[in-house]
Amino acid sequence: MAGETRAHPLERLAGQLQPRDRKFWDLSFRILCIAVATMSICFLIILLASIFYQGFNSLSWNFLIHYPEPQPGAAGIGPALWGTVWVCTVCAAIALPIGVATAIFLEEFQPVNQWLRRLHTFVQLNITNLAGVPSVVYGILGLTLFVGMGGRFGTAKDPYFSFGVRYYDQFWSAGERVLLVPVADPGSPPTVVEPGMKAINNEGQWVDVNVVKSRRQLPRDKSEREYALVEGRSSGRIEKPSWYFFRLPFGRSILAGALTLMLVILPIVIISTQEALRGVPGSLREAGLGMGATKWQVVRNVTLPAAIPGIMTGSILAMSRAIGEAAPILILAGAIFITSNPSNLMDSFTVMPLQIFDWVGRPQHDFHKLAAAGIILLLGILFLFNSVAVLIRQFTQKQSS
Amino acid sequence: MATLSDSTAATNEPSFRFRSLRLTYIKEWGVKSILIACSTLSVFVTLAIVVVLFTEARAFFHADDVYCNATIKDVGVSRKCGQFVGTSTPETAGKEVACTKCGALHEMPAPVTLVGFLTGTKWDPLIGGESDKNFGVWPLITGTMLVSMIAMVLALPLGLITAIYLSEYAHRRVRSIIKPTLEVLAGIPTVVYGFFALTVITPGLKLLNSGFSTYNAMAGGIAVGILCLPIVSSLVEDALQAVPRSLREGAYGLGATKFEVSTKVVVPAALSGVISAFLLAVSRAIGETMIVALAVGSRPQMSFDPRNDMQTMTGWMVQMALGDVSNYDVEYLSMYAVAALLFVITLALTFAGNLVRYRFREEYH
Repeated sequence: MAGETRAHPLERLAGQLQPRDRKFWDLSFRILCIAVATMSICFLIILLASIFYQGFNSLSWNFLIHYPEPQPGAAGIGPALWGTVWVCTVCAAIALPIGVATAIFLEEFQPVNQWLRRLHTFVQLNITNLAGVPSVVYGILGLTLFVGMGGRFGTAKDPYFSFGVRYYDQFWSAGERVLLVPVADPGSPPTVVEPGMKAINNEGQWVDVNVVKSRRQLPRDKSEREYALVEGRSSGRIEKPSWYFFRLPFGRSILAGALTLMLVILPIVIISTQEALRGVPGSLREAGLGMGATKWQVVRNVTLPAAIPGIMTGSILAMSRAIGEAAPILILAGAIFITSNPSNLMDSFTVMPLQIFDWVGRPQHDFHKLAAAGIILLLGILFLFNSVAVLIRQFTQKQSS
Repeated sequence: MATLSDSTAATNEPSFRFRSLRLTYIKEWGVKSILIACSTLSVFVTLAIVVVLFTEARAFFHADDVYCNATIKDVGVSRKCGQFVGTSTPETAGKEVACTKCGALHEMPAPVTLVGFLTGTKWDPLIGGESDKNFGVWPLITGTMLVSMIAMVLALPLGLITAIYLSEYAHRRVRSIIKPTLEVLAGIPTVVYGFFALTVITPGLKLLNSGFSTYNAMAGGIAVGILCLPIVSSLVEDALQAVPRSLREGAYGLGATKFEVSTKVVVPAALSGVISAFLLAVSRAIGETMIVALAVGSRPQMSFDPRNDMQTMTGWMVQMALGDVSNYDVEYLSMYAVAALLFVITLALTFAGNLVRYRFREEYH
C-alpha cells in the first residue's frame, strides 16, 4: 500500500477494521507469539537450573554405588540403577521383537482374506487407542495379571512351580549362630525344634543341634551354646535362589515389571516402526516383487534393511520412555525398601524414577537434594540415549543423501 | 537346497539350482502366522485390561454380600465354610452378624452400590468405623477435573500460539531451537515435573499468596500443563502444516495480514486437527499420576479452590498401592473401580480425538 488511505465512512459502518488497526493487531500478535515461544524455553531453563542447583553437590561416586539408607548422609542409588538396567534390558528383549513383528504385519502384509482384513483394521484401531491409555492402568493390569496371576498359581511364598531355589528354615541359636534346616515344600508348616534334629551351619556342614527343654537349661559354656536351641521354638523361612531362579506366580519380580513396561511401550514401538516402514520408497518393494521374490523375502532382504535406522531410532525413544516410567512400577512394587542389587530374574527390585519418587515424598530437605542428584543422573542417561538416536538419524541421512 | 523346482520340465533346464517352492511357501506361511500371532497380542492386551478391571470392579460392588470364610472341620477335613451371611445395608453396616452354619461372627462392611459410587459426594474409605465409610467417587473426579482444567488453561492457548508461530512466522533458525526444546520438554520423565512442582512451584505460589497449602492443586495443574504443552503444540502444528499453501496465498493475495491469515483462514481449515489435539491433551492430563501423587495431596474433598490439597483418581490409586490394606478388602478393590472409571473416561476421549482427526478432516486438493 502506498500510504495510509482514509477509509470510506461506509466501511466503518460495515464494521471493517481500519488498516491501522489491522497492522496493530498483526504486530501485537507477532510479539505475543515470540513471547509464548520464549516462555517454553524459559520453562525448560528454570526446570533444569533448579534441579542442577539442588542436586549438584550430592553427586558422587558413592552415590552411584551405595544403597539407600534411612539417613540421607551416605545414601546412594546403586540398587535402583541396577534395577533399571535389568528391567529395561528384559523389557527391550521382549517388546522390540513383538512390536516390530506387529508393525511389519500391519504395514507390509495387507491381507486379501476378509477375516484377516477385519483383524487388520481392528488391530490398527486398537493400537491407536492403547497408546492413549494412562500408564497407571497398565500398572494395575500388570499387578493382577503378572504379580498375582489372579491367585491361580498360589502366592510368592507358596508357589505353584519353582526351580532353581532352595528353601530353608532359619534358626538363631543361643550362641548367636545361624542354623538352617532344608525344607522340601515351601507350603509346609515351619519346622519346630525337636530333640535329635540336625541343621546346617554357616560353613555348610551338618551339625547336631543341642536341644534343651527350656531356656534355663541352656549351657553356660560358650562352645556348647553355639548350636543350642530351646525345644518347641519355631523358625522363619528363607529362600536361597540361584541365578536361574524361576517361579510361577511371578510375584513382585523383575520379570513382572519388565512385562508391564512392555505393555506400556508396545504401542509406541509399533507406531514408530510403522512410520519407518512407510518411509521406505515403494519403488524398492516393487523392484523386489518384480524380480520374483515372495512378500516375506522382500521384507526381509529389502524393506527391513532400508527401514532399520528408523526402527532403531523409534526403539531408542521407546526405551527412553520406559526408563522414565515410574507409575506402573509403583503400583507393581508397592512400598518396598530395596538395599541390594538384583541377582536373579525373580528378585524384587526398584527403578530410578521410583527411588526418586520415594525420596521426594519424604519431608526432610536432604532427601530432596538426593532426589535432585538422582534426577540429574536419570536425565543424563536419557540425554545419552537421545543423542545416540540423533546420531543414528544423522549418520544414516548422510549415507543416503 | 539342491532340489530342482517342481514346475520346470525335465528337458531343457540349465544346471543351476532352484530352491524348493514348497519349502518357500511353508516358510512364508510360517512367518505370516508368527506375525499374526504377535499382532493378536495387542488385541489380547485390550481384552485383558477390560476383563481385569471390570471383574475386580464387579467384586468391589458385590463386596457387601458377605460370605463366611471361617475354616471349619467337616468330617475330619478342614475347609472354608462358604455360607452366605447376608448383604449389608446402611442399617446393618458395622454390626456383627453370626453365620448360620458355623456361628462365626462377621462385621458387616460398608454398603457399596454402583449408583452410590457414581453419585455420592463423600469419599471416606479409610475411616475406622464401617458404618461411617462413604464411597462416592465425585470428590476424586472433582480433583481430577480441577487439576486438568488448570493444566488445559495453561497448555491449550500457549500450545496453539506456539504452533501458529512455528508454522507461520518462525524463521528456520528459530524453529531449530524451539522444536528441540519442545521435544526435550515432552521427553522429561514425569517424576521430574512432580519434583519441580513440589520444590519450586509451590514455594513460588506461596510467595504470591499465603493461602496456598503445601500440597495444592494449582502447582500440580501448572506442572501437568507444562507437560502437555509440547503435545498440543506438535499435534496442532502437524494439522496446520497439512493445510495447503494455496489457501494461505489466496488470503495474502486479498490483502490480509499474517495475523488474519493465521486466525481466520489456517486455523479454521485445520480445526479438526486442533480439536483432536485438545482432546488427546485432556486425556493425557487426566491420566497423569506422578505429578499429582507428589504435589497435589491425599485428602479427597469436593472443593474448587486450587489452593487446597485434594486427591485425584490416580492419586487414590497410588495411595492404595502403597498402603498396607489387605488384598481383598473393599478399600483395595475400590482402586480397581476407580481405575475402571479412569480407563473408560480416557478411552472415550482418545477415541473421540482419533474419530475427529480422521473422520472430520477436510481434504483439500
